[in-house]
Amino acid sequence: MKRWLQLAGLAVLVAVPLLHPPLYFLHLAILVLIWGMIGTAWSCMGRFGLVSLGHGGFLGAGIYTVALLWNLYGLTPWLGIPIGIALSLLLALAIGLPAFRFRVVGHYFALITLALGEVVRLSIIAARDVTGGSLGMTPNRVQPPTDVSWYALQFADKKYFYFIALGCWLFSLWVWQRIDRSMSRAALEAISEDEVAAASLGIHVTRQKLRVTLISAALTSVGGMLLGLYNQYLNPESLAGIGISLEIVFAAIVGGMYSAPGPIIGALLTIGFREGLRTYFGVHLIGMAETIYGLLLIVFIIFMPRGIYGAIETLLRRRAAPSARPPAAPTAPRPGPATPGHG
Amino acid sequence: MFDFFLLEAVINGLLFGGVLALLSLGLNLVFGVVDVVWIAYSEVVMVGMYVIYTLHVMLGWPLVFAAPMALVGSGIVGVLVHRLIIEPILDTPPINQLLATGGLLFFLQSLATLIYGSQFRNIGLSLPTLEFHELYISFARLLAFGVAVLGMAGLYLFLSRTYVGTAIRAVAQDRQVMGLMGVDTRTVYLITSAVGGALAGLAAVLLVLQQDVHPFIGLTFGPITFMICVLGGLGNLLGGFVAAFVISQVISIGSFYVSTELSYVIAFVLFIVAMFIRPEGLFHRRS
Repeated sequence: MKRWLQLAGLAVLVAVPLLHPPLYFLHLAILVLIWGMIGTAWSCMGRFGLVSLGHGGFLGAGIYTVALLWNLYGLTPWLGIPIGIALSLLLALAIGLPAFRFRVVGHYFALITLALGEVVRLSIIAARDVTGGSLGMTPNRVQPPTDVSWYALQFADKKYFYFIALGCWLFSLWVWQRIDRSMSRAALEAISEDEVAAASLGIHVTRQKLRVTLISAALTSVGGMLLGLYNQYLNPESLAGIGISLEIVFAAIVGGMYSAPGPIIGALLTIGFREGLRTYFGVHLIGMAETIYGLLLIVFIIFMPRGIYGAIETLLRRRAAPSARPPAAPTAPRPGPATPGHG
Repeated sequence: MFDFFLLEAVINGLLFGGVLALLSLGLNLVFGVVDVVWIAYSEVVMVGMYVIYTLHVMLGWPLVFAAPMALVGSGIVGVLVHRLIIEPILDTPPINQLLATGGLLFFLQSLATLIYGSQFRNIGLSLPTLEFHELYISFARLLAFGVAVLGMAGLYLFLSRTYVGTAIRAVAQDRQVMGLMGVDTRTVYLITSAVGGALAGLAAVLLVLQQDVHPFIGLTFGPITFMICVLGGLGNLLGGFVAAFVISQVISIGSFYVSTELSYVIAFVLFIVAMFIRPEGLFHRRS
């Protein structure tokens, strides 16, 4: 039954652009898919207590590589994308390997990744001669101008990007599921509970953590490329740094990072909510939408740390089996194991 | 070879370090005692700046009265943050508390946008630039430096000479045992949060003298403040104080040789590397 439901859902998603929906609707759908993918990528590591506040850095590193190679050397994004991914992987490795080796966890890991996000953002601004600094940059139009350029990945019709984003999101779900069903998941959960105990069982802590971090970084970087290529505009504030990194985290948390559909539900809610409030309040009360959003975030983290999808799931399970004992409730995002630094 | 401009950079770096030290003081206190990272700490500073702006510019209070109100205002914010956000989730993983205050960051930013708009506001007061033999020094920074030293000393006296201060230090050392010994940790946390907030207000008073306030000002100095606290060793006030000057020199001299952004990049990279080498902070004494 679940299988059929999934296929039906997929059929609806594929059919959406063929029904000629309003462009604004299609635009939002694309954004939700891309942010859903980024959220999924983040939760690949976030669910194991590896809370990264620097995923914005991976967004920025990837897309700026693609855009700069295209603008400066005319290199097609098809070659730029692997190079950009490689750069993000390198960043993840540079931060992850020592961090996991030296057991930097919890707060400390979050703050180190936060610094990484800032490093990427400031580097982009510092290289303003080529990147345009805080003003942002636009990838050159493909010459001669055409409506559909697969070579430059520039499309006048939003449909193309819709399908690309859909494909990428599905791919990220597949990756998420692969991790969910692998032995690594058990290992990583053990690590997040107690790193020393896990190591004593013969789990290679550094390798396990590094693997999900690299996967997460690569997927995030692809998400950033989609954003940049779709918008055809890059800005360091919206593609790197602390603000955007926190937004990635929040969308994943609101939706629920312990379940596959959680992050996209979070993206749907945050984007839908924000756009809804924006159209409702219009030009009056600028900031009202975000104020309510911020308030909701706090409430969510306090009362519903498993996110909306997680809460619904728990509720359904409880109803399905009322006599059974309540589901084991790891109600909180799992801790980074005890933080060091008190000794 | 003596480079005159380099000297100026060093001196300005020293004074800039005063501002950073002041900024990190309150955060460090809360960090050390309650063991919570207020990601929204720099937004509490922003609240203090807006309090001064509101009272001084919009309501016409003299600055002398408006400035202490900034301390009161952000002190109240500190109490509220603790009571409403931190306390309900004090027993959950620390990362939850960090993220909840992250929500607060968005909330305060947007609330400021809602109330004041996103324009840059200033209190219309410009302090003179001092000149010693063609050496230019910002008076506002000199003032901030002085206040940072005084604030540091005051906090030290408060923690070491008063009864409450002693309780705070005791809780910071061992929260479980102190609870068993009959110390009301809840009150201690609350007082600490109030003092931490008030210190943010103190930083706000000095920042508003040299910078325009706008809703996103927190993002400009927030990250560097966290780095300093961690670099100095969480809760290690003296360590944080020294780290502030190390970082400010890196930034100031870096700006002199390369560019401002790159000097921040260097500072952040230094922070990351330092965390790998000495995760407990640069000035941690191994016991």
